[in-house]
Amino acid sequence: MKLKTLIISMMTSVTLVAGAAQAAELAIVSGDTGNGLAFLQEQLKKFTERTGHNVTIVPMPSSTTDQFGQYRLWLAAGNTDIDVYTTDVIWAPQLADQFLDLTEAAADVAGDHFPSIIESQTVDGKLVALPAYTDAPALFYRSDLLEKYGKEVPTTWAEMRATAQEIMDAERAAGNPDMWGFVFQGNAYEGLTCNALEWVKSYGGGQIVEADGTISINNEQAIAALEEVRTWIGTISPEGNLAYMEEESRGVWQLGNAVFMRNWPYAYALGEGDDSAVKGKFGVAPLPAGEGEGARSAATLGGWNYAVSKYSANPEAAIELALFLTSDEIQKERAIKQTNLPTLEALYDDAEIAEAAPIIPNWKEIFQNAVPRPSAPTKSDYNEVSSLFWSAVHNTLSGNGSAAENLEVLEADLEDLLN
Amino acid sequence: MATEAMVSPVRTPVRAVRSELTQQRARAARWFLLPMMIALLVVAGWPLLRSIWFSFTDASLNNLYGAEWIGLGNYLRWQVLESSGTVRYRGLLVDPAWWNAVWNTVRFAFWSVLWETVLGMIVALVLNAEFRGRGIVRAAILIPWAIPTIVSAKMWSWMLNDQFGILNDLGMRLGLLSQKVAWTASAETAMTAVLVVDIWKTTPFMALLILAGLQMIPKDIYEAAEIDGVHPVKQFFKITLPLVRPALMVAIIFRVLDALRIFDLIYVLTPNSDATKTMSVVARENLFDFDNFAYGSAQSTLLFLIIALFTTLYIWLGRVNFDGGSR
Repeated sequence: MKLKTLIISMMTSVTLVAGAAQAAELAIVSGDTGNGLAFLQEQLKKFTERTGHNVTIVPMPSSTTDQFGQYRLWLAAGNTDIDVYTTDVIWAPQLADQFLDLTEAAADVAGDHFPSIIESQTVDGKLVALPAYTDAPALFYRSDLLEKYGKEVPTTWAEMRATAQEIMDAERAAGNPDMWGFVFQGNAYEGLTCNALEWVKSYGGGQIVEADGTISINNEQAIAALEEVRTWIGTISPEGNLAYMEEESRGVWQLGNAVFMRNWPYAYALGEGDDSAVKGKFGVAPLPAGEGEGARSAATLGGWNYAVSKYSANPEAAIELALFLTSDEIQKERAIKQTNLPTLEALYDDAEIAEAAPIIPNWKEIFQNAVPRPSAPTKSDYNEVSSLFWSAVHNTLSGNGSAAENLEVLEADLEDLLN
Repeated sequence: MATEAMVSPVRTPVRAVRSELTQQRARAARWFLLPMMIALLVVAGWPLLRSIWFSFTDASLNNLYGAEWIGLGNYLRWQVLESSGTVRYRGLLVDPAWWNAVWNTVRFAFWSVLWETVLGMIVALVLNAEFRGRGIVRAAILIPWAIPTIVSAKMWSWMLNDQFGILNDLGMRLGLLSQKVAWTASAETAMTAVLVVDIWKTTPFMALLILAGLQMIPKDIYEAAEIDGVHPVKQFFKITLPLVRPALMVAIIFRVLDALRIFDLIYVLTPNSDATKTMSVVARENLFDFDNFAYGSAQSTLLFLIIALFTTLYIWLGRVNFDGGSR
């Protein structure tokens, strides 16, 4: 009897091992916001059903700065535990050596994506990552409040400030002491670089380091932009905004405590959720423009991609997963459920998406004109450039030195770093 | 690390003539210590030497093994400008960001250890008194110390949040605050916020070590003092403090070493604020985020030297006796 059990159990374990050899065990890291992880889980379930490969999600903090530090460490150590990485649009030049070239694997589909996005993920002819969705922020506004006070959607930052102040004061007087005018991402991290780049660019102040490598940040328009933003802190934006990342500002907004918010499109679907206090009461518009010469509405180009680690034990299955997660089927579902902007051009004409997420077709033009962060001209120094920039901005906004002073110091620091 | 290794060996009593047995025990002790010394060399000595070596090279994370020796360049290098002939210094020793971090760390260490010692002493004195339910109170007071720092830092960061935080809510309801304060966001309150969380977390540890010292003090000294009519305050300064001093000094040095390498709490609460960035935070940033692996290694090396300096000074000035015996 005992011997029989032993034999049976040995045989089962052999079968199990043999089965596992065909179906790979994969791991994917993701530091998504909102309910992005839950969405990813659903998609992975489908993937497992179709291919038999098992995928584990390794969740990461939502701060892109934190994620990058961890990924760099793992990749430098040749970590084999993670097969697929979720990467920010700016990381390709810095991590290119550690990821597999996907040019061949994606030869059939690469042409369907927007060429500019494929280009941003191509380093020296190597396709480092496949785009999952692109991102360009919006001005979220409370349509009910604008209507109540007879205001238009603002098109300049100054208009936005005036409208926000007026509605905030009136709402507070009407018995809502927690009301604020505008929330954005002001914590000292990559998100502040995105926000501040928009302010500077919208005032015609360039994009920190230009494509040809010129350091352009110390100029009148950039100073004017930061001085404008500085007047918001403590008036229309809470002082705590200087510690907010995406999710904190969405928290204030989704409880109905802000007239305006700057955030990425993912906040649209969440704001329309059943537990949201602003459901059906808000709209989105392009970010306001600045003033002066060269003023325009500017949005920082964001977006996320899937890259395959060159240390992966199952590179074929991992590439299969990356292709699956960036396919039109998943991108479409992502657009409908998460309001993430697809990177496949054809999906912008999709009737189902237009109905479920009307923001998306309108966003095509905005992200096509979006401003890239200077990750290409600064290459491996990008993180330090970005950190110097957000520190200068954060100092200015928290009243630590004037904008002119901080930008001059920043210029000198950047010259030291890049030349 | 180094001090722990130095102080732990068992000392054989020094006599005029060592007996055969004593010598034999000393030899045996050395064999027993060997595994620990090897383990220490592997997990502490080797990485330390490697960091120091990297600090003299131009290593980057993507190219650790192709690093080339550049001497002291990461610490200090200079160049004479051709146009004016002025000398331009660069490197860690003249980096204002680094010295700002050193200053933040020292400031943090001083205030946190000071408060933890005072509060820890008070808590230990209370716990040393006999009252009903003392066991439960002792266990309860250890809870902050038992929670992992990352968890308690996250917890506090929500409590300190300006819009949803319970501290602002309480303050507003009680009329202590006129408006919600962004504790971790503004440069003035960020350090205070970090200090409060650290003191909350580590006071129990301090209290525990002091309590152990207090319990070593024989009761009859107090009885004698009471018969002589010595005032309790005087009892504290003349009996308790001198007798608990060895334990207190050891507790303080543990805390100072801990505070000088503070990382996790600040990394979670205020990761990128110049007002709170400490040496470890800056070193990590350079090592991993900025791809300045060699420069970050130089910072780690300097961090090690600064801690070593503090420890040596402290042991020398305080004449700390780690053997726990009488001086």
